[in-house]
Amino acid sequence: MVNTKIFIKNLNLWFGKKQVLVDVNMNIAKKTVTAIMGPSGCGKSTFLRCLNRMNDLTDGVKITGEITIDNKKIYENGTDVPTLRRKVGMVFQRPNPFPKSIYDNIAYGLRINKVSRNKIPEIVEKSLEAAALWTEVKDRLHESAMELSGGQQQRLCIARAIAIEPEVILMDEPCSSLDPAGMFKIEDLIEKLKEEYTIIVVTHNMQQAARISNFTAFLYLGRVMEFGDTNQIFTKPKEKLTENYISGKFG
Amino acid sequence: MKKRKPIEYLLLSCALLSIIFLFAIAVSLFKEGLPIFKVVSPVKFIFGSHWYPAHDPPEFGILPLILASLLITIGALIVAVPLGIGSAIYMTELAHPKIKEIIKPVLELLASIPSVIYGFFGMVIFAPFIQRIFNIPTGLTALTASILLGIMALPTIISIAEDSITSIPSSIREASYALGATKWETIIQTIIPAARSGILTAIILGMSRAIGETMTVLMIAGGAAVIPKSFLQPVRPMTATIAAEMGESPMGSLHFHALFAIAAILFLITLGFNILANHIKEKRI
Ligand SMILES: Nc1ncnc2c1ncn2[C@@H]1O[C@H](COP(=O)(O)OP(=O)(O)O)[C@@H](O)[C@H]1O
Ligand SMILES: [Mg+2]
Repeated sequence: MVNTKIFIKNLNLWFGKKQVLVDVNMNIAKKTVTAIMGPSGCGKSTFLRCLNRMNDLTDGVKITGEITIDNKKIYENGTDVPTLRRKVGMVFQRPNPFPKSIYDNIAYGLRINKVSRNKIPEIVEKSLEAAALWTEVKDRLHESAMELSGGQQQRLCIARAIAIEPEVILMDEPCSSLDPAGMFKIEDLIEKLKEEYTIIVVTHNMQQAARISNFTAFLYLGRVMEFGDTNQIFTKPKEKLTENYISGKFG
Repeated sequence: MKKRKPIEYLLLSCALLSIIFLFAIAVSLFKEGLPIFKVVSPVKFIFGSHWYPAHDPPEFGILPLILASLLITIGALIVAVPLGIGSAIYMTELAHPKIKEIIKPVLELLASIPSVIYGFFGMVIFAPFIQRIFNIPTGLTALTASILLGIMALPTIISIAEDSITSIPSSIREASYALGATKWETIIQTIIPAARSGILTAIILGMSRAIGETMTVLMIAGGAAVIPKSFLQPVRPMTATIAAEMGESPMGSLHFHALFAIAAILFLITLGFNILANHIKEKRI
């Protein structure tokens, strides 16, 4: 692909002796949405956390293979991990706002990344707008983020991630703790965000994958069983296993 | 209504007993302490600067004692807070589990050493050291007491602060790292603010430990009942005064009542600290 953003080659990962990812190969194109599907425990979160080196925080991880983002190998010696994480933002499975005000939740990343003080209020507003949360919170910016509903908290986490202008956004089952209304808001948001960002989203929900993604990867026991155009995967999967999974025979 | 087993009544009465004890202590303190105010007004008692209980006529001004207690407590906090919070952060965020396994029992040991041993150590080893480095007539000073009380308050501060830092969900740490924060930024801007109510509670309980400590200050604070002007002079905190003089004051004498009044004030101060600590814990300020 010409416009490859992320290039993953022979990625293997072990937690201690247990191998969790096996020979993962994938090409992820710029400004597209890629859905990662697969039964629980197959390594979806672990895979996602390789892309912003979040697995570095876990003891006893061993990783081999190559991940390249914008032609830079991210596991090479001398990679500045905070800079990488700034470029590759993440939204977690459970909303995890800081126990701070709504405003400070977003300002946090900006301050860390040395954005000049007088620009912060404007960026906070812009990010909340982009995450479709501004109208709901504009009168209570200085109240605690913990008071928000789960769906609002998750949108706040998205706002927080986009405030520092990443290029890639990783989302790990961002809707799994939300009600349908909250879920549809996030899906709309993803639809909008893909104009600017490269998005990789783990999901359990096949309809969701079909609705929002351009490409889909099906992971099984740490291996990519099938990776391709979402339409093709859902209409004529090449692998029997993918077909069984999609038709709900297991999962 | 569900029928209660005898064992439940037994446990209930154990719980009630401690409330009764607390109440009995408070009542006896005030009953024996209040009579002093027939002779000295509360204002003169608290703000008087001469403590000459055995003179004729006696003077009962406890300002030097209160200031001594405050000075030593503040000094102890200056020692214990940075060290205690620093150790708690080190142990939860930075230390290798193996190192933590060594530090924990050491802290527990530190907490279980009787205060008379701290006092002994202070008198024999630490005070002469202070005397030498500052070149002062005696090493038994507010500074000596502050440093030892600070060390004694450390285990309290570390263990409460550590609990509160450990209880911060790791998802919040991850949120910070995922935004490109370094370890230090995460500690200073996420962990400490999120644990602040626990850390404040730790400080207040450490403070209450320091202000109530008796044996150590009796042995190493120097015992001079004068208004302290520096850390390098001997002082006489409230607790040491009570412990030193209770034996020589005849029961029912003015001196006796004055000591009880000091005890009552001390009781109110520590009660205040504890209420504050609980308030912070619940409100999660
Ligand atoms: N920190 C860890 N230490 C050891 N094993 C882990 C750790 N995290 C995940 N695993 C294991 O790795 C496998 C994949 O986990 P995960 O990536 O969370 O799966 P998924 O997100 O697809 O449900 C699971 O078997 C899980 O038990
Ligand atoms: Mg997962």
